[in-house]
Amino acid sequence: MQNTTELNNKPKRFIYDFNPEETEITMETKNLEIYYGKSLAMQNADLKFEKNTITALIGPSGSGKSTFLRSLNRMNDGIATVKGEILYQGVNINQPKIDVYEVRRRIGMVFQRPNPFAKSIYDNVTFALQRRGVHDKKTLDRVVETTLKQAAVWDQVKDSLNKSALSLSGGQAQRVCIARALAVQPDVLLLDEPASALDPVSTQQLEATLRELKKDYTIIIVTHNMQQAARLSDYTVFFNMGEAIEYNKTRKVFTRPKVQMTDDYVSGNFG
Amino acid sequence: MNRTQKQSRFAIACLKMVAGFVVLILAFLIGYIFITGLPNVSWHFLTSPAKAFNAGGGIGIQLFNSFYLLVLAMLISLPIALGAAIYLNEYAKDNWFTSTIKTAIEILSSLPSVVVGLFGFLLFVVQFNYGFSIISGALTLTIFNLPLLTRNIEDSLANVSDDQRQGGLGLGLSKYETIIHIVVPASLPGIISGIILCSGRVFGEAAALIYTAGQSAPALNFADWNPFNIDSPLSPLRPAETLAVHIWKINSEGIMPDLTQVSSGAAAVLVLAILIFNLSARFIGRKVFERMTSVK
Repeated sequence: MQNTTELNNKPKRFIYDFNPEETEITMETKNLEIYYGKSLAMQNADLKFEKNTITALIGPSGSGKSTFLRSLNRMNDGIATVKGEILYQGVNINQPKIDVYEVRRRIGMVFQRPNPFAKSIYDNVTFALQRRGVHDKKTLDRVVETTLKQAAVWDQVKDSLNKSALSLSGGQAQRVCIARALAVQPDVLLLDEPASALDPVSTQQLEATLRELKKDYTIIIVTHNMQQAARLSDYTVFFNMGEAIEYNKTRKVFTRPKVQMTDDYVSGNFG
Repeated sequence: MNRTQKQSRFAIACLKMVAGFVVLILAFLIGYIFITGLPNVSWHFLTSPAKAFNAGGGIGIQLFNSFYLLVLAMLISLPIALGAAIYLNEYAKDNWFTSTIKTAIEILSSLPSVVVGLFGFLLFVVQFNYGFSIISGALTLTIFNLPLLTRNIEDSLANVSDDQRQGGLGLGLSKYETIIHIVVPASLPGIISGIILCSGRVFGEAAALIYTAGQSAPALNFADWNPFNIDSPLSPLRPAETLAVHIWKINSEGIMPDLTQVSSGAAAVLVLAILIFNLSARFIGRKVFERMTSVK
Protein backbone atom coordinates (compact mmCIF):
# COMPACT_ATOMS: atom_id res chain seq x y z
CA MET A 1 0.00 0.00 0.00
CA GLN A 2 2.74 2.38 0.99
CA ASN A 3 4.57 1.67 -2.26
CA THR A 4 1.61 2.19 -4.55
CA THR A 5 0.86 5.45 -2.81
CA GLU A 6 4.31 6.70 -3.56
CA LEU A 7 4.25 5.36 -7.11
CA ASN A 8 0.95 7.05 -7.94
CA ASN A 9 2.09 10.16 -6.21
CA LYS A 10 -1.33 10.42 -4.62
CA PRO A 11 -1.98 12.14 -1.26
CA LYS A 12 -2.81 10.09 1.85
CA ARG A 13 -5.70 12.34 2.72
CA PHE A 14 -7.90 14.75 0.87
CA ILE A 15 -10.46 17.01 2.52
CA TYR A 16 -12.61 19.22 0.29
CA ASP A 17 -12.20 22.91 0.98
CA PHE A 18 -15.41 24.89 0.82
CA ASN A 19 -15.31 28.40 -0.47
CA PRO A 20 -16.49 30.34 2.56
CA GLU A 21 -17.85 33.13 0.35
CA GLU A 22 -20.25 30.92 -1.54
CA THR A 23 -21.33 28.28 0.92
CA GLU A 24 -23.29 28.30 4.11
CA ILE A 25 -21.85 25.84 6.59
CA THR A 26 -24.33 24.29 9.04
CA MET A 27 -22.03 22.03 10.99
CA GLU A 28 -18.31 21.73 11.37
CA THR A 29 -15.98 19.55 13.40
CA LYS A 30 -12.55 20.66 14.61
CA ASN A 31 -9.81 18.55 16.18
CA LEU A 32 -12.27 15.83 17.02
CA GLU A 33 -10.97 12.88 19.03
CA ILE A 34 -13.33 10.18 20.24
CA TYR A 35 -12.29 7.65 22.86
CA TYR A 36 -13.97 4.47 24.02
CA GLY A 37 -12.46 4.12 27.47
CA LYS A 38 -8.81 4.81 26.76
CA SER A 39 -8.68 3.65 23.16
CA LEU A 40 -8.84 6.26 20.45
CA ALA A 41 -11.64 5.38 18.03
CA MET A 42 -11.78 8.46 15.84
CA GLN A 43 -9.43 11.30 14.92
CA ASN A 44 -8.42 13.53 12.01
CA ALA A 45 -11.92 14.37 10.95
CA ASP A 46 -12.11 18.14 10.48
CA LEU A 47 -15.18 18.28 8.30
CA LYS A 48 -17.67 20.92 7.21
CA PHE A 49 -21.25 20.22 6.22
CA GLU A 50 -22.98 22.52 3.78
CA LYS A 51 -26.55 23.64 4.39
CA ASN A 52 -29.27 21.85 2.40
CA THR A 53 -27.04 19.12 1.06
CA ILE A 54 -26.80 15.41 1.65
CA THR A 55 -23.42 14.19 2.83
CA ALA A 56 -22.80 10.46 2.90
CA LEU A 57 -20.34 8.88 5.30
CA ILE A 58 -18.99 5.63 3.89
CA GLY A 59 -16.33 3.20 4.95
CA PRO A 60 -15.83 -0.37 6.14
CA SER A 61 -17.26 -1.64 9.44
CA GLY A 62 -15.37 -0.21 12.38
CA SER A 63 -14.10 2.74 10.38
CA GLY A 64 -15.63 5.17 12.87
CA LYS A 65 -18.32 6.63 10.62
CA SER A 66 -21.19 5.81 12.99
CA THR A 67 -19.18 6.95 16.00
CA PHE A 68 -18.54 10.24 14.23
CA LEU A 69 -22.21 10.68 13.31
CA ARG A 70 -23.44 9.93 16.81
CA SER A 71 -21.09 12.52 18.25
CA LEU A 72 -22.66 15.27 16.15
CA ASN A 73 -25.78 15.42 18.34
CA ARG A 74 -24.08 14.22 21.51
CA MET A 75 -25.63 10.74 21.39
CA ASN A 76 -22.24 9.46 22.51
CA ASP A 77 -22.63 11.17 25.89
CA GLY A 78 -21.98 8.56 28.55
CA ILE A 79 -20.74 6.05 25.98
CA ALA A 80 -17.62 7.65 24.56
CA THR A 81 -15.43 10.62 25.43
CA VAL A 82 -15.54 13.23 22.70
CA LYS A 83 -12.79 15.87 22.63
CA GLY A 84 -12.57 18.80 20.26
CA GLU A 85 -15.11 21.17 18.83
CA ILE A 86 -18.41 20.48 17.14
CA LEU A 87 -19.71 23.71 15.68
CA TYR A 88 -23.40 24.09 14.94
CA GLN A 89 -24.22 27.48 13.43
CA GLY A 90 -20.89 28.65 14.76
CA VAL A 91 -21.49 27.54 18.36
CA ASN A 92 -19.42 24.77 19.91
CA ILE A 93 -22.04 22.31 21.14
CA ASN A 94 -19.49 19.92 22.58
CA GLN A 95 -19.28 21.58 25.97
CA PRO A 96 -21.01 20.80 29.24
CA LYS A 97 -22.92 24.08 29.55
CA ILE A 98 -24.77 23.46 26.29
CA ASP A 99 -28.31 22.10 26.71
CA VAL A 100 -27.95 18.65 25.19
CA TYR A 101 -31.73 18.21 24.81
CA GLU A 102 -31.92 21.36 22.72
CA VAL A 103 -28.98 20.11 20.63
CA ARG A 104 -30.80 16.88 19.89
CA ARG A 105 -33.98 18.74 19.03
CA ARG A 106 -32.14 20.85 16.46
CA ILE A 107 -30.03 17.96 15.23
CA GLY A 108 -32.41 15.04 14.86
CA MET A 109 -31.47 11.43 14.41
CA VAL A 110 -32.93 8.42 12.62
CA PHE A 111 -31.55 5.03 13.49
CA GLN A 112 -30.52 1.87 11.72
CA ARG A 113 -33.49 -0.24 12.73
CA PRO A 114 -36.91 1.40 12.62
CA ASN A 115 -37.76 2.04 16.27
CA PRO A 116 -41.33 3.28 16.54
CA PHE A 117 -42.56 3.57 20.11
CA ALA A 118 -45.31 1.28 21.38
CA LYS A 119 -47.82 4.05 20.80
CA SER A 120 -50.19 5.08 18.05
CA ILE A 121 -48.75 6.61 14.88
CA TYR A 122 -50.22 9.95 15.92
CA ASP A 123 -48.58 9.78 19.36
CA ASN A 124 -45.27 8.65 17.90
CA VAL A 125 -45.09 11.82 15.85
CA THR A 126 -46.43 14.19 18.49
CA PHE A 127 -44.93 12.61 21.62
CA ALA A 128 -41.85 14.84 21.86
CA LEU A 129 -43.97 17.95 21.28
CA GLN A 130 -46.47 16.90 23.93
CA ARG A 131 -43.60 16.39 26.38
CA ARG A 132 -42.57 19.95 25.57
CA GLY A 133 -46.00 21.19 26.55
CA VAL A 134 -47.67 21.47 23.14
CA HIS A 135 -51.18 20.12 23.67
CA ASP A 136 -53.21 22.19 21.22
CA LYS A 137 -55.04 19.63 19.12
CA LYS A 138 -55.03 21.77 15.98
CA THR A 139 -51.29 22.39 16.16
CA LEU A 140 -50.58 18.72 16.74
CA ASP A 141 -52.89 17.66 13.90
CA ARG A 142 -51.11 20.03 11.58
CA VAL A 143 -47.68 18.76 12.62
CA VAL A 144 -48.77 15.15 12.09
CA GLU A 145 -50.04 15.87 8.60
CA THR A 146 -47.08 18.03 7.56
CA THR A 147 -44.35 15.73 8.81
CA LEU A 148 -45.97 12.52 7.58
CA LYS A 149 -46.35 14.17 4.18
CA GLN A 150 -42.72 15.27 4.27
CA ALA A 151 -41.74 11.72 5.10
CA ALA A 152 -43.93 10.52 2.22
CA VAL A 153 -46.00 8.14 4.31
CA TRP A 154 -49.14 10.24 4.85
CA ASP A 155 -51.20 8.53 2.16
CA GLN A 156 -50.55 5.09 3.63
CA VAL A 157 -51.32 5.93 7.25
CA LYS A 158 -53.72 8.89 7.22
CA ASP A 159 -56.73 6.63 7.87
CA SER A 160 -55.08 4.71 10.68
CA LEU A 161 -53.33 7.36 12.76
CA ASN A 162 -54.67 5.76 15.92
CA LYS A 163 -53.26 2.40 14.99
CA SER A 164 -50.19 1.22 16.88
CA ALA A 165 -47.01 2.16 15.05
CA LEU A 166 -45.64 -1.29 15.87
CA SER A 167 -48.01 -2.76 13.29
CA LEU A 168 -46.36 -0.89 10.39
CA SER A 169 -44.04 -2.51 7.86
CA GLY A 170 -40.32 -1.75 8.14
CA GLY A 171 -40.31 0.89 5.40
CA GLN A 172 -43.41 2.65 6.72
CA ALA A 173 -42.13 2.48 10.30
CA GLN A 174 -38.82 4.04 9.27
CA ARG A 175 -40.61 6.89 7.56
CA VAL A 176 -42.83 7.44 10.59
CA CYS A 177 -39.58 7.65 12.56
CA ILE A 178 -38.36 10.31 10.15
CA ALA A 179 -41.63 12.21 10.59
CA ARG A 180 -41.17 11.87 14.34
CA ALA A 181 -37.71 13.43 14.08
CA LEU A 182 -39.05 16.24 11.85
CA ALA A 183 -41.89 17.02 14.26
CA VAL A 184 -39.57 18.88 16.65
CA GLN A 185 -38.41 21.06 13.74
CA PRO A 186 -34.72 20.24 13.52
CA ASP A 187 -32.23 21.85 11.13
CA VAL A 188 -30.05 18.85 10.64
CA LEU A 189 -31.03 15.25 10.17
CA LEU A 190 -28.53 12.54 11.01
CA LEU A 191 -29.32 9.10 9.62
CA ASP A 192 -27.42 6.03 10.75
CA GLU A 193 -27.76 3.42 7.98
CA PRO A 194 -31.50 4.10 7.80
CA ALA A 195 -32.12 1.70 4.92
CA SER A 196 -30.07 -1.26 6.03
CA ALA A 197 -33.10 -3.06 7.45
CA LEU A 198 -35.35 -2.21 4.49
CA ASP A 199 -36.16 -4.01 1.23
CA PRO A 200 -35.04 -2.48 -2.11
CA VAL A 201 -38.40 -0.87 -2.89
CA SER A 202 -38.67 0.77 0.53
CA THR A 203 -35.04 1.86 0.21
CA GLN A 204 -35.77 3.56 -3.09
CA GLN A 205 -38.77 5.36 -1.61
CA LEU A 206 -36.70 6.42 1.39
CA GLU A 207 -34.03 7.88 -0.88
CA ALA A 208 -36.63 9.82 -2.84
CA THR A 209 -37.95 11.15 0.47
CA LEU A 210 -34.49 12.26 1.57
CA ARG A 211 -33.90 14.05 -1.75
CA GLU A 212 -37.09 16.01 -1.10
CA LEU A 213 -36.13 16.74 2.51
CA LYS A 214 -32.77 18.16 1.47
CA LYS A 215 -34.56 21.35 0.38
CA ASP A 216 -35.33 22.14 4.00
CA TYR A 217 -32.77 20.23 6.00
CA THR A 218 -29.07 19.48 6.09
CA ILE A 219 -28.73 15.71 5.91
CA ILE A 220 -25.80 13.58 6.98
CA ILE A 221 -26.21 9.88 6.33
CA VAL A 222 -24.06 6.91 7.24
CA THR A 223 -24.35 4.09 4.74
CA HIS A 224 -22.41 0.95 3.98
CA ASN A 225 -24.05 0.83 0.60
CA MET A 226 -21.81 2.65 -1.85
CA GLN A 227 -24.43 2.73 -4.60
CA GLN A 228 -26.72 4.47 -2.18
CA ALA A 229 -24.09 7.07 -1.39
CA ALA A 230 -23.43 7.57 -5.10
CA ARG A 231 -27.13 7.87 -5.99
CA LEU A 232 -28.18 10.04 -3.11
CA SER A 233 -25.50 12.36 -1.80
CA ASP A 234 -23.88 15.63 -2.86
CA TYR A 235 -20.73 15.04 -0.83
CA THR A 236 -19.12 11.85 0.37
CA VAL A 237 -16.67 11.26 3.17
CA PHE A 238 -14.67 8.06 3.15
CA PHE A 239 -13.67 6.85 6.60
CA ASN A 240 -11.15 4.17 7.40
CA MET A 241 -9.43 3.07 10.61
CA GLY A 242 -11.01 5.90 12.60
CA GLU A 243 -9.97 8.73 10.27
CA ALA A 244 -11.59 10.74 7.49
CA ILE A 245 -9.51 9.75 4.47
CA GLU A 246 -11.24 11.56 1.65
CA TYR A 247 -13.96 14.18 1.53
CA ASN A 248 -15.10 15.46 -1.81
CA LYS A 249 -18.06 15.94 -4.08
CA THR A 250 -19.69 12.55 -4.43
CA ARG A 251 -19.15 12.36 -8.17
CA LYS A 252 -15.43 12.87 -7.71
CA VAL A 253 -15.08 10.37 -4.88
CA PHE A 254 -16.62 7.66 -7.01
CA THR A 255 -15.11 8.52 -10.39
CA ARG A 256 -11.74 10.10 -9.68
CA PRO A 257 -10.77 9.51 -6.06
CA LYS A 258 -7.71 11.43 -5.00
CA VAL A 259 -6.52 8.99 -2.38
CA GLN A 260 -5.41 5.48 -3.33
CA MET A 261 -7.19 3.92 -0.35
CA THR A 262 -10.49 5.47 -1.43
CA ASP A 263 -9.91 4.18 -4.93
CA ASP A 264 -9.35 0.68 -3.58
CA TYR A 265 -12.48 0.88 -1.45
CA VAL A 266 -14.92 2.28 -4.01
CA SER A 267 -13.67 -0.13 -6.67
CA GLY A 268 -14.29 -3.02 -4.28
CA ASN A 269 -10.70 -4.04 -3.63
CA PHE A 270 -11.24 -4.12 0.12
CA GLY A 271 -13.86 -3.55 2.75
CA MET B 1 -27.85 -46.44 11.13
CA ASN B 2 -24.40 -45.43 12.36
CA ARG B 3 -23.19 -44.97 15.91
CA THR B 4 -23.66 -41.18 16.08
CA GLN B 5 -27.26 -41.47 14.92
CA LYS B 6 -27.96 -44.22 17.44
CA GLN B 7 -26.45 -42.18 20.25
CA SER B 8 -28.43 -39.14 19.26
CA ARG B 9 -31.71 -41.08 19.11
CA PHE B 10 -31.04 -42.65 22.46
CA ALA B 11 -30.26 -39.27 24.05
CA ILE B 12 -33.40 -37.67 22.61
CA ALA B 13 -35.52 -40.56 23.87
CA CYS B 14 -34.05 -40.16 27.37
CA LEU B 15 -34.71 -36.41 27.40
CA LYS B 16 -38.27 -36.93 26.23
CA MET B 17 -38.81 -39.44 29.02
CA VAL B 18 -37.51 -37.05 31.66
CA ALA B 19 -39.66 -34.22 30.34
CA GLY B 20 -42.66 -36.55 30.18
CA PHE B 21 -42.05 -37.60 33.78
CA VAL B 22 -42.24 -33.99 34.96
CA VAL B 23 -45.53 -33.48 33.14
CA LEU B 24 -46.79 -36.75 34.58
CA ILE B 25 -46.12 -35.68 38.17
CA LEU B 26 -47.96 -32.41 37.61
CA ALA B 27 -50.87 -34.12 35.86
CA PHE B 28 -51.13 -36.69 38.65
CA LEU B 29 -51.10 -34.06 41.40
CA ILE B 30 -53.61 -31.77 39.75
CA GLY B 31 -55.79 -34.70 38.71
CA TYR B 32 -55.81 -36.13 42.23
CA ILE B 33 -56.57 -32.79 43.89
CA PHE B 34 -59.38 -31.99 41.45
CA ILE B 35 -60.97 -35.45 41.51
CA THR B 36 -61.04 -35.63 45.29
CA GLY B 37 -61.71 -31.94 45.83
CA LEU B 38 -64.00 -30.52 43.16
CA PRO B 39 -67.06 -32.67 44.10
CA ASN B 40 -67.04 -30.88 47.48
CA VAL B 41 -67.04 -27.42 45.91
CA SER B 42 -70.41 -25.72 45.63
CA TRP B 43 -71.64 -22.15 45.68
CA HIS B 44 -72.54 -22.64 49.33
CA PHE B 45 -69.00 -23.92 50.07
CA LEU B 46 -67.41 -20.93 48.33
CA THR B 47 -69.53 -18.31 50.08
CA SER B 48 -70.34 -19.46 53.61
CA PRO B 49 -68.06 -19.07 56.63
CA ALA B 50 -66.12 -21.98 58.09
CA LYS B 51 -67.52 -24.01 61.00
CA ALA B 52 -65.21 -25.22 63.72
CA PHE B 53 -67.24 -28.09 65.17
CA ASN B 54 -70.10 -28.90 62.79
CA ALA B 55 -70.20 -30.21 59.25
CA GLY B 56 -71.29 -28.00 56.35
CA GLY B 57 -68.81 -25.14 56.78
CA GLY B 58 -67.41 -23.22 53.80
CA ILE B 59 -64.37 -21.17 52.89
CA GLY B 60 -66.02 -17.86 52.00
CA ILE B 61 -64.15 -15.64 54.42
CA GLN B 62 -60.84 -17.37 53.79
CA LEU B 63 -61.26 -16.90 50.05
CA PHE B 64 -62.04 -13.23 50.50
CA ASN B 65 -59.07 -12.83 52.88
CA SER B 66 -56.71 -14.43 50.36
CA PHE B 67 -57.72 -11.99 47.64
CA TYR B 68 -57.73 -8.97 49.93
CA LEU B 69 -54.27 -9.79 51.26
CA LEU B 70 -53.04 -10.34 47.74
CA VAL B 71 -54.33 -6.97 46.58
CA LEU B 72 -52.87 -5.15 49.58
CA ALA B 73 -49.50 -6.91 49.28
CA MET B 74 -49.35 -6.02 45.57
CA LEU B 75 -50.33 -2.40 46.22
CA ILE B 76 -47.42 -2.11 48.64
CA SER B 77 -44.83 -4.10 46.72
CA LEU B 78 -45.51 -2.94 43.17
CA PRO B 79 -44.30 0.67 43.49
CA ILE B 80 -41.20 -0.46 45.40
CA ALA B 81 -40.41 -3.25 42.95
CA LEU B 82 -40.99 -0.97 39.96
CA GLY B 83 -38.70 1.69 41.37
CA ALA B 84 -35.99 -0.81 42.27
CA ALA B 85 -36.21 -2.51 38.88
CA ILE B 86 -36.03 0.80 37.00
CA TYR B 87 -33.01 1.82 39.02
CA LEU B 88 -31.22 -1.49 38.58
CA ASN B 89 -31.91 -1.89 34.88
CA GLU B 90 -31.72 1.70 33.66
CA TYR B 91 -29.51 3.69 35.99
CA ALA B 92 -27.29 1.43 38.08
CA LYS B 93 -23.66 1.37 37.01
CA ASP B 94 -21.80 -1.91 37.04
CA ASN B 95 -20.03 -1.53 40.38
CA TRP B 96 -19.86 -3.03 43.86
CA PHE B 97 -22.93 -1.12 45.04
CA THR B 98 -25.12 -2.55 42.29
CA SER B 99 -23.80 -6.04 42.73
CA THR B 100 -24.45 -5.77 46.47
CA ILE B 101 -28.09 -4.86 45.77
CA LYS B 102 -28.43 -7.68 43.28
CA THR B 103 -26.93 -10.22 45.68
CA ALA B 104 -29.21 -8.96 48.45
CA ILE B 105 -32.25 -9.43 46.24
CA GLU B 106 -31.16 -12.94 45.34
CA ILE B 107 -30.64 -13.88 48.98
CA LEU B 108 -33.96 -12.34 49.94
CA SER B 109 -35.72 -14.37 47.26
CA SER B 110 -34.18 -17.61 48.52
CA LEU B 111 -35.08 -17.10 52.19
CA PRO B 112 -37.48 -19.82 53.38
CA SER B 113 -40.95 -18.33 53.69
CA VAL B 114 -41.31 -19.57 57.28
CA VAL B 115 -38.27 -17.48 58.20
CA VAL B 116 -39.78 -14.46 56.50
CA GLY B 117 -42.99 -15.21 58.42
CA LEU B 118 -41.23 -15.32 61.79
CA PHE B 119 -39.40 -12.11 60.94
CA GLY B 120 -42.74 -10.50 60.10
CA PHE B 121 -44.14 -11.79 63.37
CA LEU B 122 -41.33 -10.23 65.41
CA LEU B 123 -41.29 -6.95 63.52
CA PHE B 124 -44.87 -6.17 62.53
CA VAL B 125 -46.94 -8.20 64.98
CA VAL B 126 -44.83 -7.70 68.12
CA GLN B 127 -42.58 -4.69 67.62
CA PHE B 128 -44.97 -2.46 65.67
CA ASN B 129 -47.86 -3.88 67.65
CA TYR B 130 -50.04 -4.45 64.56
CA GLY B 131 -51.12 -7.80 66.04
CA PHE B 132 -52.21 -10.73 63.90
CA SER B 133 -53.70 -8.67 61.15
CA ILE B 134 -54.11 -8.13 57.45
CA ILE B 135 -51.56 -5.34 57.54
CA SER B 136 -48.92 -7.53 59.25
CA GLY B 137 -49.63 -10.22 56.68
CA ALA B 138 -49.51 -7.84 53.73
CA LEU B 139 -46.19 -6.33 54.87
CA THR B 140 -44.70 -9.79 55.36
CA LEU B 141 -45.94 -10.88 51.94
CA THR B 142 -44.31 -7.76 50.53
CA ILE B 143 -40.94 -8.89 51.86
CA PHE B 144 -41.60 -12.32 50.42
CA ASN B 145 -42.81 -10.98 47.09
CA LEU B 146 -40.49 -8.04 46.52
CA PRO B 147 -37.37 -9.83 45.24
CA LEU B 148 -39.24 -11.95 42.73
CA LEU B 149 -41.37 -9.08 41.46
CA THR B 150 -38.30 -6.85 41.14
CA ARG B 151 -36.50 -9.51 39.12
CA ASN B 152 -39.55 -10.01 36.91
CA ILE B 153 -39.92 -6.31 36.15
CA GLU B 154 -36.17 -5.95 35.67
CA ASP B 155 -36.24 -8.72 33.06
CA SER B 156 -39.19 -7.13 31.29
CA LEU B 157 -37.36 -3.80 31.12
CA ALA B 158 -34.20 -5.50 29.89
CA ASN B 159 -36.22 -7.08 27.07
CA VAL B 160 -37.09 -3.65 25.68
CA SER B 161 -34.74 -3.01 22.78
CA ASP B 162 -32.12 -0.30 23.25
CA ASP B 163 -33.39 1.20 19.99
CA GLN B 164 -36.38 2.46 21.96
CA ARG B 165 -34.20 4.30 24.46
CA GLN B 166 -32.08 5.74 21.65
CA GLY B 167 -35.23 6.86 19.89
CA GLY B 168 -36.37 8.81 22.94
CA LEU B 169 -32.99 10.39 23.60
CA GLY B 170 -32.60 11.21 19.90
CA LEU B 171 -35.75 13.33 20.06
CA GLY B 172 -34.23 15.44 22.81
CA LEU B 173 -36.14 13.79 25.65
CA SER B 174 -34.44 13.30 28.99
CA LYS B 175 -33.46 9.85 30.15
CA TYR B 176 -36.18 9.94 32.79
CA GLU B 177 -38.88 10.88 30.28
CA THR B 178 -37.65 8.18 27.96
CA ILE B 179 -37.84 5.52 30.66
CA ILE B 180 -41.21 6.52 32.09
CA HIS B 181 -43.01 7.26 28.84
CA ILE B 182 -41.36 4.88 26.38
CA VAL B 183 -39.50 2.01 28.05
CA VAL B 184 -42.00 1.20 30.81
CA PRO B 185 -45.05 1.27 28.48
CA ALA B 186 -43.17 -0.92 26.00
CA SER B 187 -42.43 -3.45 28.72
CA LEU B 188 -46.00 -3.43 30.05
CA PRO B 189 -46.99 -6.88 28.71
CA GLY B 190 -44.01 -8.44 30.48
CA ILE B 191 -44.62 -6.49 33.68
CA ILE B 192 -48.28 -7.53 33.76
CA SER B 193 -47.37 -11.20 33.22
CA GLY B 194 -44.83 -10.89 36.03
CA ILE B 195 -47.37 -9.35 38.41
CA ILE B 196 -49.88 -12.12 37.74
CA LEU B 197 -47.27 -14.87 38.16
CA CYS B 198 -46.17 -13.36 41.47
CA SER B 199 -49.83 -13.13 42.49
CA GLY B 200 -50.13 -16.87 42.05
CA ARG B 201 -47.18 -17.43 44.33
CA VAL B 202 -48.42 -14.98 46.97
CA PHE B 203 -51.94 -16.41 46.80
CA GLY B 204 -50.77 -19.89 47.71
CA GLU B 205 -48.38 -18.82 50.45
CA ALA B 206 -49.11 -20.20 53.93
CA ALA B 207 -45.94 -20.30 56.05
CA ALA B 208 -45.30 -16.56 55.89
CA LEU B 209 -48.87 -15.82 57.03
CA ILE B 210 -49.41 -18.26 59.89
CA TYR B 211 -47.73 -15.97 62.41
CA THR B 212 -48.60 -12.65 60.79
CA ALA B 213 -52.12 -12.59 59.35
CA GLY B 214 -53.16 -15.11 61.96
CA GLN B 215 -55.08 -18.35 61.97
CA SER B 216 -58.56 -17.14 62.70
CA ALA B 217 -61.22 -15.81 60.41
CA PRO B 218 -63.70 -13.83 62.49
CA ALA B 219 -67.15 -13.31 61.02
CA LEU B 220 -67.30 -10.32 58.72
CA ASN B 221 -70.10 -7.90 58.18
CA PHE B 222 -70.24 -7.67 54.38
CA ALA B 223 -72.64 -4.76 54.65
CA ASP B 224 -70.00 -2.57 56.28
CA TRP B 225 -67.24 -1.40 53.95
CA ASN B 226 -65.74 1.18 56.26
CA PRO B 227 -62.13 0.03 56.71
CA PHE B 228 -61.99 1.57 60.19
CA ASN B 229 -64.59 -0.82 61.63
CA ILE B 230 -63.02 -3.98 62.92
CA ASP B 231 -65.63 -6.35 61.46
CA SER B 232 -65.57 -4.68 58.05
CA PRO B 233 -64.09 -6.89 55.32
CA LEU B 234 -61.72 -4.03 54.45
CA SER B 235 -60.38 -3.50 57.97
CA PRO B 236 -56.61 -3.91 57.76
CA LEU B 237 -56.27 -4.55 61.50
CA ARG B 238 -58.44 -7.66 61.79
CA PRO B 239 -56.90 -11.15 61.81
CA ALA B 240 -57.36 -12.92 58.50
CA GLU B 241 -56.82 -16.57 57.92
CA THR B 242 -56.27 -17.20 54.22
CA LEU B 243 -57.22 -20.21 52.16
CA ALA B 244 -53.73 -21.74 52.24
CA VAL B 245 -53.43 -21.20 55.99
CA HIS B 246 -56.90 -22.68 56.46
CA ILE B 247 -55.86 -25.88 54.68
CA TRP B 248 -52.80 -26.18 56.89
CA LYS B 249 -54.80 -25.35 60.01
CA ILE B 250 -57.67 -27.81 59.63
CA ASN B 251 -55.30 -30.59 58.66
CA SER B 252 -53.18 -30.08 61.76
CA GLU B 253 -55.85 -29.31 64.34
CA GLY B 254 -59.29 -29.37 62.74
CA ILE B 255 -62.06 -31.25 64.56
CA MET B 256 -65.09 -30.78 62.30
CA PRO B 257 -66.59 -34.06 61.09
CA ASP B 258 -66.31 -33.20 57.36
CA LEU B 259 -62.65 -32.27 57.75
CA THR B 260 -61.44 -34.28 54.73
CA GLN B 261 -64.08 -32.85 52.42
CA VAL B 262 -63.44 -29.25 53.48
CA SER B 263 -59.70 -29.71 53.19
CA SER B 264 -59.77 -31.32 49.75
CA GLY B 265 -62.37 -28.85 48.50
CA ALA B 266 -60.29 -25.90 49.72
CA ALA B 267 -57.16 -27.41 48.15
CA ALA B 268 -58.94 -27.79 44.82
CA VAL B 269 -60.10 -24.16 44.92
CA LEU B 270 -56.59 -22.98 45.80
CA VAL B 271 -54.93 -24.96 43.01
CA LEU B 272 -57.57 -23.87 40.55
CA ALA B 273 -57.01 -20.22 41.45
CA ILE B 274 -53.25 -20.57 41.03
CA LEU B 275 -53.70 -22.37 37.72
CA ILE B 276 -55.91 -19.55 36.53
CA PHE B 277 -53.29 -17.01 37.61
CA ASN B 278 -50.57 -18.84 35.71
CA LEU B 279 -52.53 -19.42 32.55
CA SER B 280 -53.99 -15.93 32.49
CA ALA B 281 -50.53 -14.40 32.92
CA ARG B 282 -49.55 -15.52 29.43
CA PHE B 283 -52.93 -14.82 27.96
CA ILE B 284 -53.28 -11.30 29.36
CA GLY B 285 -49.66 -10.46 28.54
CA ARG B 286 -50.25 -11.52 24.96
CA LYS B 287 -53.53 -9.61 24.75
CA VAL B 288 -51.90 -6.42 26.00
CA PHE B 289 -49.11 -6.85 23.46
CA GLU B 290 -51.61 -7.46 20.66
CA ARG B 291 -53.51 -4.43 21.72
CA MET B 292 -50.37 -2.34 21.55
CA THR B 293 -49.34 -3.69 18.18
CA SER B 294 -52.60 -3.78 16.30
CA VAL B 295 -55.76 -1.85 15.64
CA LYS B 296 -57.34 -0.50 18.78
